[in-house]
Amino acid sequence: MRRVINRRPGRGGFLFWSALPFAIAAAGYAVASALRLAENPGDRLLPPLSAMADAVVRMGFTPDTRTGDYLLWADTAASLQRLGLGLGVATALALLLGVAIGLIPYVRAGLSAFVAVLSMIPPMAVLPVLFIVFGLDELSKVVLIVVGIAPFLIRDLSLRVEEMPREQLIKAQTLGASSWQIVLQVVLPQMLPRLIDAVRLSLGPAWLFLISAEAIAATEGLGYRIFLVRRYMAMDVILPYVAWITLLAFLSDTLLRLLSRSLFPWQRAGKGAS
Amino acid sequence: MSAVSVRDLWMEYPNQVVLERLNLEIAAGSFCALVGPSGCGKTTFLRLLLGEERPTRGAITVDGQPLVAEPGPGRGVVFQRYSVFPHRTVLENVIMGREFAGSRLLGRLFGAARRAAIEEAEGWLECVGLAAHRDKYPAELSGGMQQRLAIAQALIVKPRILLLDEPFGALDPGTRAQMHELLLRLWREERMTVFMVTHDLKEGFTLATRVLAFEKLRIDPTDPGRFGATITYDLKVNEERAAEMAPPLALSA
Ligand SMILES: Nc1ncnc2c1ncn2[C@@H]1O[C@H](COP(=O)(O)OP(=O)(O)OP(=O)(O)O)[C@@H](O)[C@H]1O
Ligand SMILES: [Mg+2]
Repeated sequence: MRRVINRRPGRGGFLFWSALPFAIAAAGYAVASALRLAENPGDRLLPPLSAMADAVVRMGFTPDTRTGDYLLWADTAASLQRLGLGLGVATALALLLGVAIGLIPYVRAGLSAFVAVLSMIPPMAVLPVLFIVFGLDELSKVVLIVVGIAPFLIRDLSLRVEEMPREQLIKAQTLGASSWQIVLQVVLPQMLPRLIDAVRLSLGPAWLFLISAEAIAATEGLGYRIFLVRRYMAMDVILPYVAWITLLAFLSDTLLRLLSRSLFPWQRAGKGAS
Repeated sequence: MSAVSVRDLWMEYPNQVVLERLNLEIAAGSFCALVGPSGCGKTTFLRLLLGEERPTRGAITVDGQPLVAEPGPGRGVVFQRYSVFPHRTVLENVIMGREFAGSRLLGRLFGAARRAAIEEAEGWLECVGLAAHRDKYPAELSGGMQQRLAIAQALIVKPRILLLDEPFGALDPGTRAQMHELLLRLWREERMTVFMVTHDLKEGFTLATRVLAFEKLRIDPTDPGRFGATITYDLKVNEERAAEMAPPLALSA
């Protein structure tokens, strides 16, 4: 018998083992739901798949009687817009401040301790402040996302910049580069893939802040809808919404990964064929 | 080609004297090999010549002028590692010097200017034997190829002083001999003043016109940082080769 750490599944085996936990979870849900419904046909906690499919048709493909909107899509558009804006602003801030703090000693002296302290403020604790200052509409939700993830992105990027081999910066100077040219041609190109990785890691927190803000004050959005229908214990709506959010998060993560791969082919150079 | 002179130079780090009482007169066009035990301050000396560090005491002058206090295009360098940029192909690495000079705002050339830079870079790649690899990334090159790339990249800006820190440390004897030939040729053609750190005495004696040995003269067993290293041997070798480089100096003087 070979050691267990040396035994690997083939390609088909890999797919099988990957799919297995999903299949088990789905089957487990179906069984539990069937059992509960057999006991009490009016049970709302674990609705059958058919009820969830109905809810998806109702929310996504029938206009709302009151507003005429397709709620699922309106919610999705509202949430994605907030998320995109928040992530965009946070990323831009990180690029600007992270590179400056990592590369320019005077900026580092001035800002790194300040950013480190800022990053310790629990964002949810200042949410009321944001609502008071920025009002209850879009701005405060976007600001919450920015406040929540920008400090992490800034600190991560500035550490990465500081980690760059000093030899590279010296070498660029001996080739006649100015500080600005070093930023543009040496630091940025090498830091962008790192930044994309950091943004991927902050997708989870970004959704967390978005849904929290929507739960508290909003008139549309995925988080708003989930917390609205919670009052009627409408699990048939909540579960598909959660699955949809998960799918969106997963897709954006995959998209960023592929983007990084195709924009920065040098990252994988010399790592063997694949 | 630049003449370098070092006067009564001391370099101290906190709790440690690295170099002490260094005095040197290097004629323009010399090829200096720096040898000495590990940790005695050879790299530190190169960093001082680069302008990356400042001496605690004493002064370095280049052609009679005080050394510019930061790295610049007059002094090229090849480090042992990390000398090339991993995000650029071989060709893109070599044209960098031209791009920085030609485009202050973007550091990137386009159109005819770029084509001219590429043509020049291809000449250098031919010269160091990398023409066939122009579109590879550094991670796809062997150690020796990366060092050749680093040399081509440094030379395109025509530095008058070239600093090399154990450039061929990790190479096999065959490749090393090729690199020696290349370096000697470039030294002659470009008429540079070369400083090369090496741990291989033989390499120093074959290549250089001057071998400088760094060593601590005094050692305090209770406080190893108390005394620094200085130049204990300063040998002129390969004098006929040095003489070849001398005439234009005499003309210009
Ligand atoms: N930035 C620094 N801060 C403090 N001490 C330093 C620093 N850089 C080098 N030193 C010390 O200076 C001494 C000389 O270091 P240096 O790198 O110049 O040695 P070297 O002669 O190049 O050695 P090697 O042959 O191993 O490369 C070492 O004892 C080292 O500990
Ligand atoms: Mg060294």
